Amino acid sequence: MENVRNFSIIAHIDHGKSTLADRLIQRTGVCDTRTFKDQMLDTMDIERERGITIKSQAISLPYQARDGKAYTLNLIDTPGHVDFSYEVSRSLASCEGVLLLIDAAQGVQAQTLANLYLALEHDLEVVPVINKIDLPSADVERVIAQIDTELGLDPETHLACSAKVGTGIDDILEAIVERIPPPKGDPDSPLAALIFDAQYDSFRGTVIHCRVFEGSVKAGDTIRFMFNDAVYRVEEVGLFGLTRIKGDRLSAGEVGYIIAGVKTVSSVSIGDTITLHERPCGGPLPGFKEVKPVVFASIYPIASDDYEDVAEALEKYKLNDAAFIYEKDSSVALGQGFRCGFLGLLHLDIVQERLEREYDLSIILSVPSVRYKFILKDGTELFVDNPAHYPNPMSIEGSEEPYIRASMMMPDRYLGPVMSLCIEKRGVNSNMHYTSPGRVELTYEMPLAEVIFDFYDRFKSMTQGYGSFDYDLIDYRPSNLVLLDILVNGEKVDALSQIVHRDRARARGVQACDRLKDEIPRQMYKIAIQGAIGGEIISRSTVSAFRKDVTAKCYGGDITRKRKLLEKQKKGKKRMKMIGSVSIPQSAFLAVLKSDTDS
Amino acid sequence: MMPTENPAAGLYVHVPFCASRCSYCDFFSSTDTESIDAFVDALLCEAGTWTDAFRNFDTVYIGGGTPSLLSPKRLETVLDRVCHVFTLLPGTEITIEINPADWGREELTVARDLGINRISMGVQSFNDDELSFMGRRHSGKEALRTIEDAVAAGFGNLSIDLIYALPGQRYSQWQASLERALTFAPSHLSCYELEIKRGTPLGDRYHGGELPLLTEESRRDFFLRTSEFLEGAGYVHYEISNFARSMERASRHNQKYWDHTPYLGLGPSAHSYSNGKRWWNHASVTDYILDCGKGIRPVAQSETLDMDQLRLEALFLGLRTGKGIDLHRYRHRYGRDLLAEKGPLLAEFRRAGLIEMNGTVVRPTRAGMAVADSLALL
Repeated sequence: MENVRNFSIIAHIDHGKSTLADRLIQRTGVCDTRTFKDQMLDTMDIERERGITIKSQAISLPYQARDGKAYTLNLIDTPGHVDFSYEVSRSLASCEGVLLLIDAAQGVQAQTLANLYLALEHDLEVVPVINKIDLPSADVERVIAQIDTELGLDPETHLACSAKVGTGIDDILEAIVERIPPPKGDPDSPLAALIFDAQYDSFRGTVIHCRVFEGSVKAGDTIRFMFNDAVYRVEEVGLFGLTRIKGDRLSAGEVGYIIAGVKTVSSVSIGDTITLHERPCGGPLPGFKEVKPVVFASIYPIASDDYEDVAEALEKYKLNDAAFIYEKDSSVALGQGFRCGFLGLLHLDIVQERLEREYDLSIILSVPSVRYKFILKDGTELFVDNPAHYPNPMSIEGSEEPYIRASMMMPDRYLGPVMSLCIEKRGVNSNMHYTSPGRVELTYEMPLAEVIFDFYDRFKSMTQGYGSFDYDLIDYRPSNLVLLDILVNGEKVDALSQIVHRDRARARGVQACDRLKDEIPRQMYKIAIQGAIGGEIISRSTVSAFRKDVTAKCYGGDITRKRKLLEKQKKGKKRMKMIGSVSIPQSAFLAVLKSDTDS
Repeated sequence: MMPTENPAAGLYVHVPFCASRCSYCDFFSSTDTESIDAFVDALLCEAGTWTDAFRNFDTVYIGGGTPSLLSPKRLETVLDRVCHVFTLLPGTEITIEINPADWGREELTVARDLGINRISMGVQSFNDDELSFMGRRHSGKEALRTIEDAVAAGFGNLSIDLIYALPGQRYSQWQASLERALTFAPSHLSCYELEIKRGTPLGDRYHGGELPLLTEESRRDFFLRTSEFLEGAGYVHYEISNFARSMERASRHNQKYWDHTPYLGLGPSAHSYSNGKRWWNHASVTDYILDCGKGIRPVAQSETLDMDQLRLEALFLGLRTGKGIDLHRYRHRYGRDLLAEKGPLLAEFRRAGLIEMNGTVVRPTRAGMAVADSLALL
């Protein structure tokens, strides 16, 4: 155990976490340059393209230190986006230390701080690493000062590297050995292992990623998940190399995997404690939380014939994403579909993109919603995440909506506009402090619904990329909610309905009508788009009809050419959903949520 | 007249030569008239290569290019050959396109004697400014004279081609040309909206930002008013751009294009269709002559249409015509019951005044014709 180090790399998005991980993997010789694919740990296409880690991964790196001894460095990669902060916290709970990576040009950002707080909460040794020192815009001195003033860490302890060029990597490996403490724990105690991830393998079922704190586990053991209270027989245990390396046992201090005939990842809760059924530990490891989706939207196939395919794709997708939930749903306008829950908008984006890319499906997503609470006159409480289930207005006594605490960091020159934005988004209880001269941290309590509605995009453009944002859900607060319906040619399109705050309803209605007008292509007849609350029309826009499209000549030679043109148009039309007599493109549904400033 | 399921085929002959290029035209033609003789020889050869696939025709259409660049002598050679290798059924409609500047009374009379019974005259406009904008070689006056000559030569079946919606044109200007044409009470009129195609002189001017085109709204206005005006004058608007004094005077040949009747195209770039297959010849006089010289068919490319493609064609071609689409016949030929599958949409089109339904026949209204391409995407 003396020769094991468990660590994570934590960083603000784009500060180079995956690149550093790749470099450590290369330097320790786990993989040669030939098989090396950039950003080894981000295995999904989308992760590679977006440069973010969605699922955490783990790998054991063999390292011969300068003291002459051989060490096993277990790197536990963490997801890099605010939607996945709970997964990050479980990964961190599995470590004794972290490399806190800071971009030499961008300096400390909101997620740098949020991640540092998480690490400190878990009592981890923090090694600050300044990355990207090769950039012309790198300002190492400034970052060192920030480490002192903004992070409250000893600036003397920092390391500097360029993961991209490969400088400073050896010192980082040495620091991991020297500064991060070895794990503690007694291999002979009753088993206590923390689940920090679970992935689906089509041959073996669920592969549980865990950190053993006490005791040990081997094939043949009967294990129990303490929260889920499910019992399984262990088939295989092992460590992580580039692929799984089967071993005899996993013991206190180690990070590895367990395969135990668990069919789906949904049967595994991240953060749950694994113990032995026959000889259980005293209690679960601390910090467990049930992850609950906060953003909801419905998915419909564009062609209703594809319903079965979508069902199958969701089932497969779900195998590997425990945070994603779905159930059957149906819409008057869009037919049979599924109501889905996501951790946030990014998570929603990822699911949509993967369904389209990996399962080759054309789908429509309804306007996303948060989960509202209604208190009815008869005293019952009703949670509603689907506008279609909005209760009868006459029966509503009161309503509540979820609030978050948003934490934003930015140069102080952006403070004015950002505060106005937060106030526009119904932010309250602001708090502000200068983390260093010229830089402020601003917190606001805001309705989550306002954040999913175009907040992040506007914040980013307003701060020209220098602002960073993080959030935590806090509580439900009283609100005044109404149902905003959208009618297309007089027909209510339920997938476009939104639950909104009464004060914002008119503006939202106007905006929705305007956006739809831009998104819906001209058709053979005039299309009226209306926003309505109850029976009252509060906004309208019109898509004018195209009036002449026919070509004058169509004889022998023109027919093939013309057919090809129409085939192309027809293909484009297949990407649209017919609602009544109007073709509505996929993009229209999400566009309703976007503000004018993005376009 | 309901077409039978196995009507006789149509024969198209493409004469790929022009004395000069019109500013709007993107049809295949060459101004190198040196090779006319070689072309005619090749054409005679090509006809012989198709005798196993085609036998009977009841329409012949000599188009171009400018067929009136052929001397009556060459024309006779071509028609003799056609009659020799194929069978022209009794009452065959034989049309030739002529350019008003090219032929006088004498040539027209010869053409009449050769058995040609229909003239399609590329008048385009009676206004000299408009004619020169379009790069035409003739004047309005010449057009009037040639029409008179054609009538005098005995061409009771005469079609006048006109083009409208020129940049900056007012409807009244266009109506003047229309009215001038009507003074001859022609049996047929083709009224084409000017379309700006890439690679034409007008296309270049347009993409250079030089041409202020009419708006969609005014182009629609031209279309609707033209239809209204000519129907008021007793013509049948039987296809987007075609009007006939009665359906007997509609172009029998052109109608074959719109309902998957077989047609054989001879000459460079000519297209043919038979039994779900379409093919087209080289769009090069040299390549064409070369292949024909070797006794092989000068086909550049072909395609076999699958059911979806045939259906799409049947829809967009059918909806171009006043006759529309007979849903019974459509189901029989293309295996789909449109009424069952697209009933609500058809009802919506009907409500919007874009189609009429009479029994099992769906016909585009005037407003529907203006958006026929989109109707076909139902």
